[in-house]
Amino acid sequence: MSQKLLQVDRLTTGYRTQTGHMVEVIRNVSLEMHEGETLGLVGESGSGKTTFGMALMGYLRPGGQVMAGTVRFDGVEIFGLGPNELRKLRGKRMAVVPQSASLSLTPTMRVGDQIAEVLTVHVGLSGSELSERLLELLTQVHLPQVAELARRYPHELSGGQLQRVAIAMGLAAAPELLVLDEPTTGLDVTTQAHILDLLRELQEHFGMAMLYISHDIGAIARVSDRLAVMYTGQIVEDGPIEEVFGRPVHPYTRGLLSSVPRVSYAGLPRAMDGRPPAPGEHEVGCSFAPRCTFADETCTTIDPTLEPIDPDAKIAHLVHCHHWQRVVASEDFGEMQDLKARTKKAVELEPLIELTEVDITYAKRGLGAFLRRLRGVPEPPMTVSDFTLTIHRGETVALVGESGSGKSTIVRTIAGLLPPRAGRIRYGDQDLTTKVERRPIEIRRKIQMVFQHPEASLNPRHTTKQIIDAPLRLFFKTDREQRLERSASLLEEVRLSPRYLEWYPGQLSGGEKQRVAIARAFAAEPELVLCDEVTSALDVSVQAAVLDLLAGLQADRGVSYLFISHDLAIVRAIADRVVVLYQGRMCEVGPVERIYAPPFHPYTETLLAAVAEPVPGARARLLAKDVQEAEPPARGCCFQRRCPRRVGSICDEETPPWRVAVEGHLISCHIPLDELRESQVDLISTSSI
Amino acid sequence: MLALIVRRLLLSVVTLTIVAVVVFATTELLPGDWATAYFGREATPQRLERLRAELGLDRPATERFASWFGRALRGDLGSSLARKEPVLGLIASRLEKTFLLGGVAGLVSIPLALALGIIAGLTRGRRADVAISTISLIGMSLPEFVVGTVLIFVLSITLQIFPALTVVRADTSFVDFLPNIVLPAATLTIVWVAYILRMVRTTMIDVLASEYVEMATLKGIPRARVVLRHALPNALLPTINAIALMLAALLGGVVVIETVFNYPGVGLLLVTAIRNRDVPLIQGIAITIAVMYVTINLVADLLTTSLDPRLRSLRG
Amino acid sequence: MVGLTIVVVHLILAFTAPLIAPYSPTHIEPSVRLEGPSADHLFGTDSFGRDNLSRVLYGGRVALLVSFTAAVVAVTWGGLLGILLGYLGGRVDEVVMRVIDGLLAIPSLLLIMLVILALGSGFSVLVLTLGYGYGLTVVRIARGATLAIVARDFITAARARGERSRTIVLRELMPNVLDVLLVEFAMRSSWMLLAIASLSFLGFGISPPTPDWGRMVFENSELLAIAPWGTVFPVIAISSMVIGINLASDALSKAMGLERTQEAPL
Repeated sequence: MSQKLLQVDRLTTGYRTQTGHMVEVIRNVSLEMHEGETLGLVGESGSGKTTFGMALMGYLRPGGQVMAGTVRFDGVEIFGLGPNELRKLRGKRMAVVPQSASLSLTPTMRVGDQIAEVLTVHVGLSGSELSERLLELLTQVHLPQVAELARRYPHELSGGQLQRVAIAMGLAAAPELLVLDEPTTGLDVTTQAHILDLLRELQEHFGMAMLYISHDIGAIARVSDRLAVMYTGQIVEDGPIEEVFGRPVHPYTRGLLSSVPRVSYAGLPRAMDGRPPAPGEHEVGCSFAPRCTFADETCTTIDPTLEPIDPDAKIAHLVHCHHWQRVVASEDFGEMQDLKARTKKAVELEPLIELTEVDITYAKRGLGAFLRRLRGVPEPPMTVSDFTLTIHRGETVALVGESGSGKSTIVRTIAGLLPPRAGRIRYGDQDLTTKVERRPIEIRRKIQMVFQHPEASLNPRHTTKQIIDAPLRLFFKTDREQRLERSASLLEEVRLSPRYLEWYPGQLSGGEKQRVAIARAFAAEPELVLCDEVTSALDVSVQAAVLDLLAGLQADRGVSYLFISHDLAIVRAIADRVVVLYQGRMCEVGPVERIYAPPFHPYTETLLAAVAEPVPGARARLLAKDVQEAEPPARGCCFQRRCPRRVGSICDEETPPWRVAVEGHLISCHIPLDELRESQVDLISTSSI
Repeated sequence: MLALIVRRLLLSVVTLTIVAVVVFATTELLPGDWATAYFGREATPQRLERLRAELGLDRPATERFASWFGRALRGDLGSSLARKEPVLGLIASRLEKTFLLGGVAGLVSIPLALALGIIAGLTRGRRADVAISTISLIGMSLPEFVVGTVLIFVLSITLQIFPALTVVRADTSFVDFLPNIVLPAATLTIVWVAYILRMVRTTMIDVLASEYVEMATLKGIPRARVVLRHALPNALLPTINAIALMLAALLGGVVVIETVFNYPGVGLLLVTAIRNRDVPLIQGIAITIAVMYVTINLVADLLTTSLDPRLRSLRG
Repeated sequence: MVGLTIVVVHLILAFTAPLIAPYSPTHIEPSVRLEGPSADHLFGTDSFGRDNLSRVLYGGRVALLVSFTAAVVAVTWGGLLGILLGYLGGRVDEVVMRVIDGLLAIPSLLLIMLVILALGSGFSVLVLTLGYGYGLTVVRIARGATLAIVARDFITAARARGERSRTIVLRELMPNVLDVLLVEFAMRSSWMLLAIASLSFLGFGISPPTPDWGRMVFENSELLAIAPWGTVFPVIAISSMVIGINLASDALSKAMGLERTQEAPL
């Protein structure tokens, strides 16, 4: 057993509210970390995981304070150190890789200088030694053209590159402990896979201990040796990663793990009931008790302690539960519900909306464009080009792709916010290439939208009642009382109590806000609901519940969904058909189960290979380089620059043909499908071993 | 960068045209015409006739505007009615004094305000901050003429160190003139420092709460370096533009201060011109002030663009 | 809290001036010219023998009324135009903002003096010219605040529903910009008080013999050496009033989480 590096003993931190009483954020946490070990710390938003990570660095955000307990790093009590001693430790022996590198790098400093100052201050390098080490570090995190890149400013780099710079900065002084705070959140799935791979590689090279903080269980599973689960500021379970994944003993861990959608399952993940209490809201007993199916009177009165399930185990597996034995004995784990097995109104073959060869661009057609044409500057390629799709009644079609794939652009066009430059959009006998203001009110009612961030899509100054009332007032000629009644019943349909009518969005949790947004969309009694990444801003346990709700509403009302997501696991759970988009061009379209089996379009293959399944030790296959492209190529295949199966100049020159795999499953590629099928493995079944 | 300058210069011309139109239109509001306005009760039909012919007042307003604006573009702002001197020369001789006053106040107040603002931002909520913020609040709440009057009372009447009112004769040398600047410049400085420091403090607080400053702290680099290399440049960039907007706006205060101290600058000239209803002079001064406003903002814009890497790449 | 108390005390004094002032503010008593503070005249008398206390009590009434009304005018037109521009965007926004920027290049003080010269310093002239001058900056601020909100999805949602522009501006945008405008109102009122005082000092404000703090400072400052109280008391009155408003608006913006860079007065 290696040396103990970090020892947290009954740490409690909190902050004082404006009303003057203390709110605890971290509650009585004890935790150990050994040299060279990677500990994954998983928790949902508000669980206190970031606060905990920063506390290890001896850092509390303004207003925060240690109320009890100690943090010992290599035997030294961190909170007993003066500012100068702390400074010598930070960056040198313990370092942080921040959540959002784009916000955490100083915008007015060159990235090279920001790494160099760590080398100067902590390693004492200068002159040519300094610049050599700097370039070496940048090379180690696999950045291209390092000499030139070091001289750039943060805004000139892509998200993936910034994250690599931040990692290089953390590793500059070769620390013994690296705290990674959601280092891949917000990155595209392929980029994320590359970063996770890099972290593994760097750990082998540098041998530092890592605390990997994330809400993303798939990412944690890939890098961690051990997993700690945090809930309302407490560690509820802590053990070797295979054990925790294979035999979770805390009811929360169980719920969390089974609410993660998996690419390898076609079913919908199971939703967890309730929501975590806000900081300070919980008072006595176990904080998970209100959501727990095992809870009894002991749970609501006495807070359990963190105890080992097997005192003789070499690596302790700890749990914070009175009834963990009962939990272990219960068989109720891991079962998925198959959404499609539910009584869903059959997909009718009646087309609802038809898009034909649609081109969309944000470029304006004004004087500037005219002058540019005069000067012979070529027009920028269309954001979305040649998009053709029919959505039928009762059907869910998913648009899949990374950021910049044009998914949201298509939704905006259907919603009438951005008219297409070319092509046809028909809704029954109605033309939809018009702006929303020109559309008849019936059409406006029939097409509704749900947005990604409920914080932004609900007016913070309106009550739930006012929010749901807006479409009712606009579309139906009913009086105030009827509308109020309708609002209340809509809230019930999204499983919220009618008392929420008087609440403002600020008083609701993320999941509740999204339910209100869904209620607003359904208030119009739509036929087509455009769902733009509706679950990606939500915690996993809530995510599953929202998906469940959407599926239920579809079963009841027979609406069609255009469901946008970057998450292939969610798409598999909810979609009937899938369209894979890259840079605004269609790569592959087909029934959902066909998409997840060979033959794949090389881009689909790249995406699927990069998916982080919540399986310990799983490693992604990195097929394509992780580069962000500013705009699509003017000619040839849209994926030409990154394609791992490039056949040659034909890819750059000619638009690939649509090849039919089976009826309704089409792939746009120069490689014949038989060839693709032979060389491709079934990524789903192999990655879920 | 060159394209930016050209673009901004063109926009400045637009701005100045708008100024010219508005100023001209406002002077048209004056009851009667320039001539009656000028002579007031001493107007006799003969005098009015002569002046009207001289000024071409019989022509329609649009035509007069066109010819006035055309000449103004060539640098000819006409002659003062009261002094019978070219407006441009009058303004130029006074502008020098106002620049001297504003320059001294600017040189003292900007560094002082930056220093105090940074200290206040760094010590937010603690004693130094409370003291500085309170003084700034009081400074902002006192009208310029009150500050000026208090300074006169303390420093010239009670202690008799500086002259209360400026007395300039033709033979006054530059060195002899200098003591006259102290009190007006001090007044201006007090007011400017109050405003600028408040602004610097707020941006400083914002920047100190940013994630990149938190990250710099977690890198374990010395506090001084965190403040000077990571926080300060980002706090100063938005301040430059704001100071420019403000300096131009605070020119109004210069008018008051020059009046309080009888300081022979453009502001005093303006007040006199307005009292005398000396329309060509009023118009000339208004245009001059607008040119200064536009110039200051242009310089500030170029300065931030050249200092901020984000704007630099945005604007090429 | 302190700020609000000061403001309220001032307002009460201004309202009740006719009841509590010991003398008429315009009553000339040649026998008691330039007297120091005494039991009869707590703040002394001026060169005409008028009672300084009564004049200070009355001196804020017109200025307060003008500045509050003008601040309402400024925030109303500036706020509405700013919100509208932020919502509409595009060409209209570009052109109007260019004009506003041009107008900002003219010192408001100059414009106000010219208008007063032409039309006299009546109540409505003062309110309208001040309301115009200060409204220009409100346009910029309201537009900025609106731009941040227009980008949010609940506006997109309203547009996608096909709500009318009027509904979007009044129901969706307005409530979100209102707190910004409220803080603007407080700050503008304090600057207007300063401006009115400065105008009176320059001789362009409320016309004599109506008592006014700025004018009192002007009239008495020449006699600063012999009769300082004539200057001191109106100075205290103006300053405390403005400090009160500033403190109150600071507290207001802090309470609304709007602590931000302050723009310049004129």
